[in-house]
Amino acid sequence: MHIVVPIKQVPETNAVKMDEKTGTMIREGVEAIVNPLDLYAIETAVRLREQYEGDVVAISMGPPKAEAALREAVAMGCDSAVLLSDKAFAGSDTWATSYVLAAAIRKLNNYDLVICGERATDGDTGQVGPGIASSLDLPVATYVGKIEKFSNGYCRVHRLIEQGHEILDVKLPAVLTVVKEIANPRLPTLRGKQKARKIDIPVWGVDSLKVETGRLGLNGSPTRVVKIFRPKLARQCQKHVADDDQAVVQAVDKLVAFLQQKQLI
Amino acid sequence: MDYKGVWILAEQSRGRVQRISHELLTRARQLAHNRGTDVAAMIFGHNIRQSDLQELIDRGADRVVAVEAPQLEKFLPEPYAACMLKIIADYKPEIIIAGATSTGRTLMPYVAVRANAGLTADCTVLDIEQETGNLLQTRPAIGGNILATIKTPSHRPQMATVRPRSTKPAAKQHGRTGEIVRLKAPAHCLESRIKHVGFIPNESEHSLQESDIVVSAGRGIGKAENLPLVQRLADELRAALGASRDVVDRGWLSYPHQVGLSGKTVSPKLYFACGISGAIQHLAGMQTSETIVAVNTDADAQIFSVADFGIVGDIFEILPVLCERLKQAGSRQ
Ligand SMILES: Cc1cc2nc3c(=O)[nH]c(=O)nc-3n(C[C@H](O)[C@H](O)[C@H](O)COP(=O)(O)OP(=O)(O)OC[C@H]3O[C@@H](n4cnc5c(N)ncnc54)[C@H](O)[C@@H]3O)c2cc1C
Ligand SMILES: Nc1ncnc2c1ncn2[C@@H]1O[C@H](COP(=O)(O)O)[C@@H](O)[C@H]1O
Repeated sequence: MHIVVPIKQVPETNAVKMDEKTGTMIREGVEAIVNPLDLYAIETAVRLREQYEGDVVAISMGPPKAEAALREAVAMGCDSAVLLSDKAFAGSDTWATSYVLAAAIRKLNNYDLVICGERATDGDTGQVGPGIASSLDLPVATYVGKIEKFSNGYCRVHRLIEQGHEILDVKLPAVLTVVKEIANPRLPTLRGKQKARKIDIPVWGVDSLKVETGRLGLNGSPTRVVKIFRPKLARQCQKHVADDDQAVVQAVDKLVAFLQQKQLI
Repeated sequence: MDYKGVWILAEQSRGRVQRISHELLTRARQLAHNRGTDVAAMIFGHNIRQSDLQELIDRGADRVVAVEAPQLEKFLPEPYAACMLKIIADYKPEIIIAGATSTGRTLMPYVAVRANAGLTADCTVLDIEQETGNLLQTRPAIGGNILATIKTPSHRPQMATVRPRSTKPAAKQHGRTGEIVRLKAPAHCLESRIKHVGFIPNESEHSLQESDIVVSAGRGIGKAENLPLVQRLADELRAALGASRDVVDRGWLSYPHQVGLSGKTVSPKLYFACGISGAIQHLAGMQTSETIVAVNTDADAQIFSVADFGIVGDIFEILPVLCERLKQAGSRQ
């Protein structure tokens, strides 16, 4: 089984601090990590390789330092990695990102599955997986929580939707996006880390890919960010302090009256 | 560019139009008003009820195009995308909005790539820029820490998804008229490399998003063993039980209970937050609730900035007294 896993390097959003005045992110000191939801994609791919043999290639489009994310993927068990990095890719929206990733996967040529994370925690769109599938003209199953079996060129998956799990037979090659339920990501092993340190990670730019330059980066992106601002919160809260038994009873009485007046009880 | 009209992707299940469609009509009507244009709905399925299609008109669509075939009964990305691309080719919509549902979130990016269109996910505010007529799409980014307004200056259609339950369904207006077109899907639109082979429904029917009242537990409950305290309040109020991500990450409640940016968006009549600090990512999933009540020991907790009624106090002292009082109030009725 030949598998490609597109992964993204993202800022550690739990630690994100905002500049209150400008509404921009303070990037200094914010660690760059592998998109946490992509760890599930890596784990899924590595398990399939362990079961069915073949190989797993991790790819990432990003600045040169995204190489660190790829090394982590190798440490977790991916066999090789390719970095897609070029100034021409900067400022890509999900359309242009899908386009470049698809071109790279096409160049890798030999693949049965492309496994993406559900979404990236920074952009948070979940659009790139289906976008890659569309660009490559492949079927896509999103929100996959379980891969049941492979037979006759099909892969049977459980797809998590609002009302339950759909069971689907998906013809290979295909793109899957996976959710947390699918597997628990492993920690890198010592051997994995050693391999990751040594492995040569090729960098592909515009010249290595069959792409139209007009479709890349900011120029190739249909969408534009025109404004960034801080969310405003506004409600008039009537606050009651309940710091002793009597105050508790009073506050609760007021709350019950409030709920009655709003016809909520 | 001769693209015009605001279109929604209406969704059906077993031939019945789903609520998200009516929510999208609320957005679409406002946009069409600001743009001086009409609203249309596209829907893909099989044997969709005529009265449900008429209801889309009653709730604000001027035109409904239903594309039908047995193969379209359930969502499949390839045939649905082929149908949507056909609508784009035939009708040239200026704007298409869909729900950020498992269907919308899969179909829209698949189509946007083919149609060479811009797509913005999970918009909270949609508006029209008066000077240009462009769609302004506002969405949370970077873990909800900021809002970004995005537009698609030179590609059409402009596509966006919005979260379910982030608006009320459009009201029915009697006597509204419109055109209903039923089309048989052409055979070349029905090819699919994916087959449905089964379905496992969710165990509990009880849905967080459909409840009028949601009572949510935060890390303030201290440990899983204290959940019954909050559950009891939920029972007294006949409410669904929600949770912050902290509670879910600790395994005190399962993921379907999670409210927020990476969980569910709820918009109930009453949202009752117990021991929740009100991180921006949590607020993203509940701040459109009609009434918000919060109990928190920290007087400066951010949850109070979105609450209508707050008690600065300990849930272990407040909730038992409150449950007692609700019980009395209930038995008096
Ligand atoms: C990308 C991203 C996505 C996220 N998505 C979500 C999401 O979908 N949903 C979500 O909820 N969070 C989400 N988060 C996490 C979010 O930032 C917060 O960490 C989380 O909401 C905090 O949960 P909490 O309020 O329960 O816990 P805390 O922030 O620890 O707050 C606990 C509160 O309980 C109060 N308290 C303590 N004891 C008591 C007591 N005895 N009585 C009353 N009050 C008490 C404390 O004063 C405190 O305010 C996300 C974060 C990121 C970065
Ligand atoms: N720049 C990127 N490089 C590689 N993979 C990516 C990139 N951006 C997104 N992906 C993949 O697409 C998924 C969805 O990302 P997004 O649409 O940005 O939320 C991620 O979980 C990754 O698997």
